[in-house]
Amino acid sequence: MNSVRKRDLVMLIFGLAVYGAIQGMITAGMIGSFWQLNIILICVNVIMAVSLNLINGYTGQFSLGHAGFMAVGAYVGVVATTNFHLPLIAALILGAACAGFLGFCIGLPTLRLRGDYLAIATLGLGEIIRIVIMNIEYVGGAAGFKGIPHLTNFTWVFFAMLFTLFFIKNFVNSSHGRACISIRENEIAAEAMGVNTTKYKVMAFTIGAAFAGIAGGLFAHQFYLISPNSFTFLASFNYLIMVVLGGMGSITGSIAGAFVVTFLSAALASFPEARMIIYALALILLMFYRPQGLFGYMEITNFAPIKKLLDKISGVKGV
Amino acid sequence: MDFFHQLIQQLINGVSLGSIYALIALGYTMIYGIIKLINFAHGDIYMVGAYLGFFGVTAAGLPILPALLISMVVTGCLGMVVEKLAYKPLRHAPRISILITAIGVSFFLEYTGMYFVTPTPRTFPDVIGNISFNVAGFIINGQQVLIFAITIILMALLTYIVQKTKLGKAMRAASFDTETAQLMGVDSDRIISVTFFIGSSLAAAAGVLVGVYYNTIDPLMGIMPGLKAFVAAVLGGIGILPGAVVGGIILGVIEALVAGFLSSTFRDAAAFAILILVLLVKPSGLFGKNTNEKV
Repeated sequence: MNSVRKRDLVMLIFGLAVYGAIQGMITAGMIGSFWQLNIILICVNVIMAVSLNLINGYTGQFSLGHAGFMAVGAYVGVVATTNFHLPLIAALILGAACAGFLGFCIGLPTLRLRGDYLAIATLGLGEIIRIVIMNIEYVGGAAGFKGIPHLTNFTWVFFAMLFTLFFIKNFVNSSHGRACISIRENEIAAEAMGVNTTKYKVMAFTIGAAFAGIAGGLFAHQFYLISPNSFTFLASFNYLIMVVLGGMGSITGSIAGAFVVTFLSAALASFPEARMIIYALALILLMFYRPQGLFGYMEITNFAPIKKLLDKISGVKGV
Repeated sequence: MDFFHQLIQQLINGVSLGSIYALIALGYTMIYGIIKLINFAHGDIYMVGAYLGFFGVTAAGLPILPALLISMVVTGCLGMVVEKLAYKPLRHAPRISILITAIGVSFFLEYTGMYFVTPTPRTFPDVIGNISFNVAGFIINGQQVLIFAITIILMALLTYIVQKTKLGKAMRAASFDTETAQLMGVDSDRIISVTFFIGSSLAAAAGVLVGVYYNTIDPLMGIMPGLKAFVAAVLGGIGILPGAVVGGIILGVIEALVAGFLSSTFRDAAAFAILILVLLVKPSGLFGKNTNEKV
């Protein structure tokens, strides 16, 4: 077993310990239903933020339509479980496949655009997805889809989150991931070095969309009802805030961003206007004083003390 | 005959809606032309304009035209302040940072607005009365006449400023090449400020006119028209003033046709579909020139 795998193993064990601790507290009744819901939302938002980070942060393609893919995953998932009585895992896979396929179809033409244009185009596409769903009577139209079985629980979301984190971390550290990062750094130079930029942009977009689909499926099975209004571009902005706050290009950052934003929304739930004003000011001040976000490109495993500790536990000398 | 009658009636509605998009799109395109920023907050500036007009008419009891003028001046100043506080410090930052700041400013205006005026929609008082004109069997109401008149006056004024005055020459120079303009003695910062003032006051005029036309305003009213006006600006060719006007009117007409003949739920989708089509087929827009990409 090579050292990288060993370090992964340590992180996995750490993840399991966190899972055990939280699940234990839930079973012991130490966490009320409000915070239980918020823990689940944090996990769903981590999946959303990390997958969006793959597109926005690592590949540098500014996408503002992530909630649209989440909506596809959510609706495909609830149709699968409610109308076809499939198990949750099948619904999640189906949702991810459909969202990923849609991401592929959308990504292929739109990723030719850059910067601001891409941002507006993806925002528009996210809205088109939502409006189309709103006009499909089969899934309840604008009123939403009712009677969804409550299948999501902490175990599901936590392991889906863990899977997402490991998948995206390994993707980013693979040669494909390096190609994506080279596109972010300088697209023309990357192309000159022989990186097939279209291929990798579409690949990142498809993977990001597929994970958004999984998050959508988990999100939908937490509630009795979902409606297209949960997936407006304001929701996409919300995920963008998580990514930007944490650092575009840092998985740890996205986790922190999702945690902080979800926690703040929950804590300020009774002052919705104040919450949004705080978001807005935080976003502006962040761009002034720390445009790279809290973590920048850093991961928590890169900080010296933690790195040392990890190496000690996994018994390897610095990789 | 009946079909044609309805078609022309929808065209009239479309052009009046399109004039409003055109007014907002002008501000977008001017600001983009000069600092290459999609000012996401532009739609919210328009919202502020609508509210100022509303308070001018209701609280201060002014007639519509003075209320419109005051709203334009105050909102124009707000636009300048936003630029000074939020965008100027980031003049040399990466584009994405400024874009995110613009999203932040947009949220800030929306929810600060909501905090002060409450989220409930307000009914804009009826300032025109129930006048309508019957032109060869087609109905044009007083509000639409007001929209056409004000839009035409403002556009004529803008054309005069941009084409005939020294200030306009400086604006054109700065949007062509900011640095070179600066070397030629143009005070770019001042020109950017003025551009924000003009763009914001045009948006304010659009906001007041929308209030008069639809009779209702709310703190989130700016989001959709803001995005659609951007679509209009892209359709006409971003940075090109006549393009914004033509783009706005085309967009308004298409929306009215989609709402009238298909389904009103699809009208928002139509705007975005146009955007994506334009970006894929001719990203420089109807009036735009193709530019080569430089390393």
